[in-house]
Amino acid sequence: MGTLFFELSLTFYFAAAIASIIELFRGSKATSRLILAFAIAGFITHSGSIILRFIQAGHIPITSLHEASSFFSWCIVLIFFFLEYRYRLDLLGPFTMPVVFILMLSSSVLPREIRPLSPVLQSYWLGIHTFLAFLGNAAFAMAFGIGFMYLIQEHNLKKKHLGGLFQRLPSLQILDEINYKLITLGFPLLTLAIITGAIWAESAWGSYWRWDPKEVWSLITWFIYALVLHARLTAGWRGRRAALLSIIGFVSVLFTFFGVNLLLKGLHAFV
Amino acid sequence: MNILVIGLNHKTADVEVRERLAFNGNRLDEGLEGLSRLPGINGAVIVSTCNRVEIYSAVKDVDNAARAIKDFLVGFHSINREALDRSLYILKGREALRHILRVASSLDSMVLGEPQILGQLKDAFESALQKRVTDYVLNKVMKKAISVAKRVRTETRIAENAVSISFAAVELAKKIFTELSDKTFMLLGAGEMAELAARHLISNGVKTVLIANRTFERGCELAKEFNGRPVRFEDFLKEMVHTDILICSTGAPDYVLRRSEMHSVMKERRQRPMFLIDISVPRNIDPSINELDNVYLYDVDDLQGVVDANMLERKKEAEKAEKIIDEEIEGLERWASSLDSIPTIVALRNMAENIRREEVQRVMNRFPNLGEKERKAIEYMASSIINKLLHPPTVALKEDSEDRETLIAMIRKLYGLNGEDESD
Repeated sequence: MGTLFFELSLTFYFAAAIASIIELFRGSKATSRLILAFAIAGFITHSGSIILRFIQAGHIPITSLHEASSFFSWCIVLIFFFLEYRYRLDLLGPFTMPVVFILMLSSSVLPREIRPLSPVLQSYWLGIHTFLAFLGNAAFAMAFGIGFMYLIQEHNLKKKHLGGLFQRLPSLQILDEINYKLITLGFPLLTLAIITGAIWAESAWGSYWRWDPKEVWSLITWFIYALVLHARLTAGWRGRRAALLSIIGFVSVLFTFFGVNLLLKGLHAFV
Repeated sequence: MNILVIGLNHKTADVEVRERLAFNGNRLDEGLEGLSRLPGINGAVIVSTCNRVEIYSAVKDVDNAARAIKDFLVGFHSINREALDRSLYILKGREALRHILRVASSLDSMVLGEPQILGQLKDAFESALQKRVTDYVLNKVMKKAISVAKRVRTETRIAENAVSISFAAVELAKKIFTELSDKTFMLLGAGEMAELAARHLISNGVKTVLIANRTFERGCELAKEFNGRPVRFEDFLKEMVHTDILICSTGAPDYVLRRSEMHSVMKERRQRPMFLIDISVPRNIDPSINELDNVYLYDVDDLQGVVDANMLERKKEAEKAEKIIDEEIEGLERWASSLDSIPTIVALRNMAENIRREEVQRVMNRFPNLGEKERKAIEYMASSIINKLLHPPTVALKEDSEDRETLIAMIRKLYGLNGEDESD
């Protein structure tokens, strides 16, 4: 049942990604509505699959890479809906749904079996720590998409390419503003995730910080976003530089998420 | 249905001729009255704008009416007949219909897709309606023209995207800033184009306006006009720190804004984005400033490039609009042919014949034992009732009267002879 829901949501997100590509090349009201409809259908079935797995496993389904990337994309879609509702930005869907689909696709090819939860993870911190971390990372993912849109639009304006996408992309100011807001949302979430992680580590392993690769890369990510915020407030690093930094930041997020698990070994071997 | 268009426009006549022929103010009502008194003209609308003077009329005989209207124009405006002949066009039938629809949809305008013409056409129609000089057919055509124009506006993007330099500047400003109302705008120097752009920016919400002019008095004058604040020319750099949009149009032979100066301005304003428009020739703003972060510099050529691209886009959209007009003309002609008397008489008779057959059948079914003679008598009675009832309307429809088309339309409506799509 949970698998069925998962496959359904994967299909809906795939349809949304296809509609996104069509929207980019020959957009119309119909395609943008279609993207939203597929995203909603995907989100509902996706939520169903997560809930069912939660019941089946008896804990928040976030302890394997399969579960984690599924949960990650669920958080991204959640924030996407919020932005869509709040700002109604043109072309936001096309810059979000392909990313969601790719994350879900990678989730679908990773081993899916439910492994017994190791005793060290059996704690209420599991839910709190991971939820904060994932929601924060989802905000960074959206900031990445928005930053990407900003760079395209800024390039169009500078080089005076004023056809096609230029007409439909939102204004620089609103993109910059939302990029900033998303980072101010993601940053405290990441901070809290690191703090709760440290507290949990102390109770589970007896020390707050062990320089485990995941911890190190989280800290690197944290520094990058701290720099984004700091540079904006003090040196006026807005616009293009902020957009670039938010893209670099997200690369670091992705490495913390996938790279550390796949390339490096550490205490966070589970996820 | 005989629709006639007589007129001239910016393509066929110089502004002097157009001025001579214009129907302004009271002259419009006088003109409408004069036209309605001409023989053979059932309805007339006068469209008089700065780019065109046209008379749309519903007439009995096209050639006679054309001659009469031309004579009328010569007399009314006391204009030389040869001069008129050189610039006048006369369109009949389908071509006349197409012309009216194209004018309303702004396909015949000097600036393709400009929105004013529809309003002007509506006003022209309204004046004719008030003077009661239109007829049923012309009303239908004018209403159709207005609805087609709206359809073109919503189904094509012919009126989208700026096709003037000053509008292009506003459009760009909106792609850099979301909201213009909280932005500060500075006009550096003056000049027609710069002032026009300033006006557009203000009408699009910009509230704070600074005017820096080499002659401070002229700056004060402009400031009054734009409800802004005059600034000394020497101080403009200082004011740049809180300016978001700058239009520069000084007559200076060299750059008045250099890269190093702009660099420090940006530093001081903490990199808040700036939109610089340099309308001056030779340019007054160092073009390399565009390489600085968060500064967007456009000169006249850039803006002209935007305008040209948009114009090309409009031409593409105009092709779609022509297709819509083709469709609509077909519909109009279908409607027009229904206004002929023969098909109306046929339709009327068919309807009556159906009723007769049904009713006779019903009686026969009820009394199956009737003899041949009685049956004949009933058939005969039914036929003669419908024939007698239909005789006067048939005669009236065949008669060649002034209001025949109104009559036909009325009969079609009264007897429900219209198809489902002609409900008005």
